[in-house]
Amino acid sequence: MERNILEIKNLTTCFFTDDGTVKATDRVSINVGKGQTVCLVGESGSGKSVTSLAVMRLIDYAGGFIQSGNVMFHGQDLAAKELDEMMHIRGNKIAMIFQDPMSALNPVFTVGDQIAESLMLHQNMSQQDAFKKAIEMLRMVGIPAPEVRVKQYPHEMSGGMCQRVVIAMALACNPEMLIADEPTTALDVTVQAQILDLLRRLQKELGMSILLITHDMGVAAEMADRIAVMYAGTIVEEGTVERIFDEPRHPYTIGLLQSIPGFEGERGSELYTIQGTIPSITQLPTGCRFHPRCPHSIDKCRKEEPILREVVTGQQVACWLNEDVSNHFRRNQRTNSVAGSKAEVNRQ
Amino acid sequence: MNREYLIEAKNIKKYFPIKAGLLSRVVGHVKAVDDVSFGIRPGETFGLVGESGCGKSTLGRVVLNLQRATSGEVLFDGTNIHQVNRQENLKLRRDMQIIFQDPFGSLNPRFLVSDIIGEPLRVHLRASAKEIDERVVELMSLVGLDPTRRNRYPHEFSGGQRQRIGIARSIALSPRFIVADEAVSALDVSVQSQVLNLMMKLQKEMGLTYLFIAHGLNVVRHISDRVGVMYLGKMVEIARTDDLFAQPLHPYTAALLSAIPKPTPHRRQERIVLQGDVPSPANPPSGCRFHPRCPMAQERCSKEIPELIEVGQDRQVACHFPLA
Amino acid sequence: MSQVQLQDDTVVETNRPGGQLPTNPVGQKPPGLWTTAGKKFMRNPYAVGGLIVLLFFIGIAVFADWVAPHDPAKIDFMITNLPPGTEGYVLGTDELGRDILSRLIHSSRVSMLVGFSVAFAAVVIGTLIGAISGYFGGWIDTCFMRLVDVMNSIPSLFFNILVLALFGAEFIYMILILSLTSWTSVARLVRGQFLQLREMQYVEAARAIGVSHWGIITRHLIRNAMAPIIVYATLMVGSAILSESGLSYLGLGIQPPETSWGLMLSKAQEFMLVDPLQALYPGLCILLVVLAVNFVGDGIRDAFDPRKKKKNPKRRLNKWNATSSK
Repeated sequence: MERNILEIKNLTTCFFTDDGTVKATDRVSINVGKGQTVCLVGESGSGKSVTSLAVMRLIDYAGGFIQSGNVMFHGQDLAAKELDEMMHIRGNKIAMIFQDPMSALNPVFTVGDQIAESLMLHQNMSQQDAFKKAIEMLRMVGIPAPEVRVKQYPHEMSGGMCQRVVIAMALACNPEMLIADEPTTALDVTVQAQILDLLRRLQKELGMSILLITHDMGVAAEMADRIAVMYAGTIVEEGTVERIFDEPRHPYTIGLLQSIPGFEGERGSELYTIQGTIPSITQLPTGCRFHPRCPHSIDKCRKEEPILREVVTGQQVACWLNEDVSNHFRRNQRTNSVAGSKAEVNRQ
Repeated sequence: MNREYLIEAKNIKKYFPIKAGLLSRVVGHVKAVDDVSFGIRPGETFGLVGESGCGKSTLGRVVLNLQRATSGEVLFDGTNIHQVNRQENLKLRRDMQIIFQDPFGSLNPRFLVSDIIGEPLRVHLRASAKEIDERVVELMSLVGLDPTRRNRYPHEFSGGQRQRIGIARSIALSPRFIVADEAVSALDVSVQSQVLNLMMKLQKEMGLTYLFIAHGLNVVRHISDRVGVMYLGKMVEIARTDDLFAQPLHPYTAALLSAIPKPTPHRRQERIVLQGDVPSPANPPSGCRFHPRCPMAQERCSKEIPELIEVGQDRQVACHFPLA
Repeated sequence: MSQVQLQDDTVVETNRPGGQLPTNPVGQKPPGLWTTAGKKFMRNPYAVGGLIVLLFFIGIAVFADWVAPHDPAKIDFMITNLPPGTEGYVLGTDELGRDILSRLIHSSRVSMLVGFSVAFAAVVIGTLIGAISGYFGGWIDTCFMRLVDVMNSIPSLFFNILVLALFGAEFIYMILILSLTSWTSVARLVRGQFLQLREMQYVEAARAIGVSHWGIITRHLIRNAMAPIIVYATLMVGSAILSESGLSYLGLGIQPPETSWGLMLSKAQEFMLVDPLQALYPGLCILLVVLAVNFVGDGIRDAFDPRKKKKNPKRRLNKWNATSSK
């Protein structure tokens, strides 16, 4: 088994609100192996971004704190580190990119200055060397004419270009781990395709690990080796990308996959929906957090909270049910994929 | 099929002037929409797709007369909506409505939900407060909201519920035509499917005609009967949904289709990745606007602007060298 | 355990106490915005306190003739400079033997009338012009804002003096001229707000419904621009009372034997070393009224703010506990 670069163990984070402290994530465990891409998938409010902030310890600046659990990175527990120690790790060993590239860049500095800054800070480079490296980085992320671009300001670039600059900035110090929080959500589909391609290529070249946070199952399917599905602050299912998409076992994952309007399903037909809305973290249901919306919930779901356990090699599920659900879905899936391959044939 | 259009746009142009200098001299124009024509039949859903900045939202607003076109005309049921007086305009507002993308910005934060949904009734009907309240209750139940919560503020509702409030407001006067401007783009997947189902249900029950503007192609495919694809202010392709998705004729449509990440991990490699970014609509490329990014561009493309021409039944494309 | 209503009438038990708000049953019209805001206002102790103080002052001003123990203008050289607490003259008398308490009571009429009417007029004019200017933009905006610039470039004290000297030192002119010189800052503020607000999507939604420009400005936008306007209005009450005293001191405002708090304050200067209490009384009155107005203003603002919740005083403590225990 390959060594894990990042091991998040039972991470519980809290936020201060007017209603007292509120748990944003509850006993979240994720492992990221060397060179792997792990996708954290979930809807808004599921705690996926909070998890990434906790890993970087940026949560301490966002009005929250890590209540319990460990974030092991190279055998060091980041959760127990002092904030000034984190400064050497953040941006150097672990880098992060955010959803909105425009606001991640400072509008009054040239992009070259901004890339060079972290190099001068973390790697004690001289200004000239840092600038040379900045040009190199821009070339690496596929920006044409980097010698010109390096002297430009963020507003002179398009959204896609800015996201490339942000990626160049994040990768400048050659981090072992990249955390990407919805890196393509603000971008158009054709630009999104470019950025995803770029991330894949860079990962191959640099051998880094990626923790990719997204709400888009399509992006997860394209990028991930493993997927962790989050719901209301907990991981409900975790596994390899094939297992999650082929044989999802948690009713939430199944619902999520089925409610995407597909390219194969009948046009205009009623879409599958998960009833109800995502509960607010201040008002979580008892027992399984998904049970009020779950079509298969039994009495036990209402009372006891299920824990994540391995059901098949490479797949963990937190659900009191049930072989039945996934069997049922598998049958559906098979008919769908038959229809899908037919459509595929028709296209050619 | 009925060829009669409920709403028809003819050669719509919408230019925004770029002003500069001390005296606000006009130095150029952003050609947000440049010579676009299309029609929507009654009861139909027309999907409009394209990337940000392609002018699809502007087109939607011009069609509703929320923005005045620089030139061209929009006919609704035979009347040119840009040449109506105040009275007629108010009447048109009852027939044409809009659902917005942003479930947070499109509801006035200082209004109670009952006031938001009741606003169109208050403006258009001579109804007592009690009658309006009854209608609000009715509308809220229709869109799947709990009417006992009508005396709350919008921020107490979740994103999906707020979108339902927006929908309730837009159907309050039983319109015939609704522009849904990215109506589900800001919602989570599970909520998105709920809202889509609601919109389809309302269409069936009320006989609505939709102009469905979106950048999510899978959503558009699901809900639309016909689809128009826009690029940089130009309509590049119009076709029946099934035809378009089975066989795109314009290279841009093909690239757009293949760029969407699909939830199927086994087919990862089959993609056309377009190079470069969408150019600025203030300074569009000569000839075919797509030619600098087009994988199969030829010399003619940079010189001659392709017209949107009929190429098959109910199918138009603007390309010198269409695929297929 | 508390219960939370999800959509579709399913009641779910939760493990956390949730704020349950009263629901409005179908078939019965719920209370409107004003009723709800009124109730919220009455629950705010500061606002209610402020309102009581304010009503007290207004009551005194209205019934000054009956409340005041003496004629405020009656000069009696036999009883000049009586100390406070003298029989019949609770706050003593001034250098001309006039009863200070009676003068204070009668002063409240002028001061509060000037304070409120100037603030009201300035806010109405300023809001109207700022709203129109910010909402429509373009050449309307340019015209109004240049007007504001011109108004601002004239030193207002000089302008006030000039106008009052030309037209005569009448009370009504003073209110007019003070209003005319103080609406500009409100207009700028409101214009700034409207420039932002008019870009909101709900404005477009209202337009799509067919709401007129006037309806959008008055029904949809002013409500959203309310908070800073109210703050400004409350501050303006105090400054108008003081401006009046400035003008009166120069002999251009209130003419003796009429009196106002501002005038009493400036007259008290002369006796600062002998009898500092003479300055304290009108000062205290101005302070109380301005504070009360402030509290009422904040109360109104919060009552209409849908997001305003009760603050949790323990929040900071919880945060401190959690971080220090780590």
